[in-house]
Order: sequence, then C-alpha cells, then structure tokens
Amino acid sequence: MSNFLTSSIGKKIILSLSGLFLIAFLCVHLALNLLLIVDNSGELFNIGAHFMATNPIIKIVEPILAIGFIIHIILASILTLQNRGARPIKYDLRRQSGNCTWASRNMYILGGLVLIFLFVHLWNFWWKIKFAGDPLLAEINVDGTAMENTYALVSGLFKSSIIYCFLYILGGIFLGLHLTHGFWSAFQSIGLCNQIWRKRLECLAKIFAFIIAAGFCIIPLYFMLGLAN
Amino acid sequence: MADKILKELTLKIWRQKDAKSKGGFETYKIHDISTGSSFLEMLDILNEQLVSENKEPVAFDHDCREGICGTCSLFIDGRAHGPDDDVTTCQLHMRRFQDGATITIEPWRCGAFPVIKDLIVDRGAYEKILQAGGYVSVNTGGVPDGNAIPIAKPAADEAMDAAACIGCGACAATCKNSSAMLFVAAKVSQLALLPQGKIEAARRAKAMVAKMDELGFGNCTNTGACESECPKSISIEHIARLNREFLKAKLKD
Repeated sequence: MSNFLTSSIGKKIILSLSGLFLIAFLCVHLALNLLLIVDNSGELFNIGAHFMATNPIIKIVEPILAIGFIIHIILASILTLQNRGARPIKYDLRRQSGNCTWASRNMYILGGLVLIFLFVHLWNFWWKIKFAGDPLLAEINVDGTAMENTYALVSGLFKSSIIYCFLYILGGIFLGLHLTHGFWSAFQSIGLCNQIWRKRLECLAKIFAFIIAAGFCIIPLYFMLGLAN
Repeated sequence: MADKILKELTLKIWRQKDAKSKGGFETYKIHDISTGSSFLEMLDILNEQLVSENKEPVAFDHDCREGICGTCSLFIDGRAHGPDDDVTTCQLHMRRFQDGATITIEPWRCGAFPVIKDLIVDRGAYEKILQAGGYVSVNTGGVPDGNAIPIAKPAADEAMDAAACIGCGACAATCKNSSAMLFVAAKVSQLALLPQGKIEAARRAKAMVAKMDELGFGNCTNTGACESECPKSISIEHIARLNREFLKAKLKD
C-alpha cells in the first residue's frame, strides 16, 4: 500500500469511503430528527436524543464521525487545489452544461456551503447541549428517567426564528444537491460500478438525495407552519 | 443540390508564436464557405487567405482527416471537437454553423499539454503514460494462432470498445479538472480485459496512474464530461475498472 495516499485514485477512494460513512451518519441523524414531527409532546425526540447521548457505542462513534468529516474536507480541499493547478490557462469560452450536471461541477462549493451550515448547526444545538447550556434545556422527567429537554431547544429555535428555518431549509437543499452526485460518485471511485450499475446508482442517488433533502427540510417547515402546537 | 454557402464568418482564434511566447486572440473574417466543407477545410481556406495577405498561417494539428488518427484537436465554441457529439474536429462540418456566426477556436487547455504554436499542443504526456505500462510483453518468435487463447465475446467486445481510444486528448481538455483518467482507463481496460494483458495488470495500473499523476493531470471527479466529448464514445465504466484495478494492485503491495 505504499504511496496509496499520494496517488490520485488513493485519495479519491478515501474521500469516497469517508463520504459513504457520512452518508450512513445522515441516515441515522434524519431518522432521529423525524421524531420531532412525529410526536408534538417532544417525548419521543427527547428519549431518542437521550439514548444517543448516553449510548456507549455512540460515544465511540462520535469522535470517529468528527475524523470522518475532517478527512472528507481535507482530501476534498487537496484534490480541488490540485485540480485548479492542472489548468494554468483557462478557456475563454466553455460550454459545460450539455456534458455534465451542475452539481457534479460544483461539489466543492456545495460542500463548502454545507460546511458553513454545519458550523451554524453545531453552534445552535451541539455546543449548547454539550458545553454552553441553555435555559430551555432544563431537566425533565420522562418515564422516570431524568434527561435534558432537547425538544424544547430545537422547537424553540424554529418557532422563534423564521430566518433560522430558512437557513435549515437551505442547508437541506445544498446537502441534497451534494448527494445527487456524491452518492453514486463514491461507488464509481471505489470501482463498484459498471454500465448496468451506473444507471441504478445514479437513479438511487437522486432518490436518496431527495429523501435526505426533503426529510431535513420538512422539520423547519413543520414548525414554520405552526403544526407543532 | 448544391451546398448552402455561409457568406461571412468571424473567427476568433488563439495565436501564439511559440511555447515561450504569450499568446492572444486574433479575429479574422472569412467569406463564402460551403456548408459541405469540413471545419479543417474552412481553416485551410483561411490559411490560404492569410498566405496571400503575407501573414503567418494558423498552425493546427491534422492528419488522416477521417476521424481515426487522433491528431486533430481544437476547442471550438466552448467544446472539445466542436458542437457535435461523437466526432473529431476533422469530421465536423460547416453545416453546424449559422451564417454570420462568430466561432471561438482555442487549443486544448491543460497544464500537461503545453501549447507549441497557435492551436497545436504537445500531447507527449499521453505517450509517456503509455510508455509507463500501456503494453503487453511478449516473446519474439513465431506468430501465435489468433484463436489459441479462448476469449469470451463480452470481454472481447468491451476490450475493443476501450481500444477505440485514439488518444486525441479531448477527455483531459474538456475535464474541468484536466484529468486524463478516461484515456488511462481505456488503455488499462483494453489490456486488463484480455488474458494476454492480465499478467502485467497490477504493475500496469500502478505505473500508468503514477505517471499520470506525475505529469500534472488533475484528479477525476466523475462528472462524465469526458465521455460526452470523447469522439469514440468511450464510457466512464472503464474509469471504474481502472479504479478497481488500481485498488486491487495496491492491496497486494
């Protein structure tokens, strides 16, 4: 495996594997988040959040997830910088719209937008739950277990700020666009693709991207439309 | 029926004296071009006009003029080999253009393909990648019987599709990352699919990818632009195969 990480394909394989790992995380994250709109009392979401915060396996996975994000971002940055350098003199006129999708050409920009959203998102919730604290998080008792009222923090943000609602919807859309290309491209980079599977994977990528984008957008919309009361 | 005549065309062409000079666009007017003439014939007419005006003709690559040699190039109106799909520049005809149009003609833009003069670039980088491993080693001696080694028809077909690559450079020229992956994938695939090529498959994949990286081509991001512009319609499924071959070879290291 010498020089694997210095080779173009090696870097891309690691980028793809980290991407697929992040995709797996998105599935778990969305499934739990949807509890926000399933149960207006917030009990289900609080139990879910409490489970994730206390489960030992999740505690182990959490730092790995952070590493996954960092690897994905660093490798994407290195590859993008190299790609910029590979064409010192640009074309005067380019017509690319006919030969590849907009999302596939702008993966780094879309990824960057998702990253900006991620920082805002971590500041809104993760930082407050883990470190800073918030009056809304006052301890409650669900079925005899004491836990933080995470539901109050999330619903409080969406109910109080329409700007944040729009920001979260935008975040969902950017993430969805990133996934329309990222999902199938990851399989292609690992080599798990051929003429037949490419059509299937591209189709699956669109469906998956739609589910993730729609799933994450529905939550702020639900609160915006006042359906949580 | 006689071909229609394009009364006037404006050509915006990249001119560059030599590899070291700084180039720039020059604009030329050309008149009465038959829609039946090929794009390169139109450039020939322009050059005759320039010669008669005592000006330096435009240098561009061309050879067979029937789409099989891979010599012609040109980035025409923002696309490699012009607006048509699945053709080389020599197979492009003037009927694809409207009378009075302005046509922008640029050389391949890719760090690994430096401009030599005007529209001619040095595609020696592709040769270097081939030299790194794009071959099979065979003993000299009597010619072996062509059918001595059975090859499944699907594998033979796929290998033939990959072997259609003429090495024109459109893939790297059109790729937003200047990646040569489609070329390297085609060359690795055509051999990896056949029993004769399997013996050196691992060494070949590693050597050709290493050479490609060394020469400064970019990294593939699977946009698929290369296969759209490839005059031989080579599929990026071959890129997936190259990725597989490379990973397999590296896992054995």
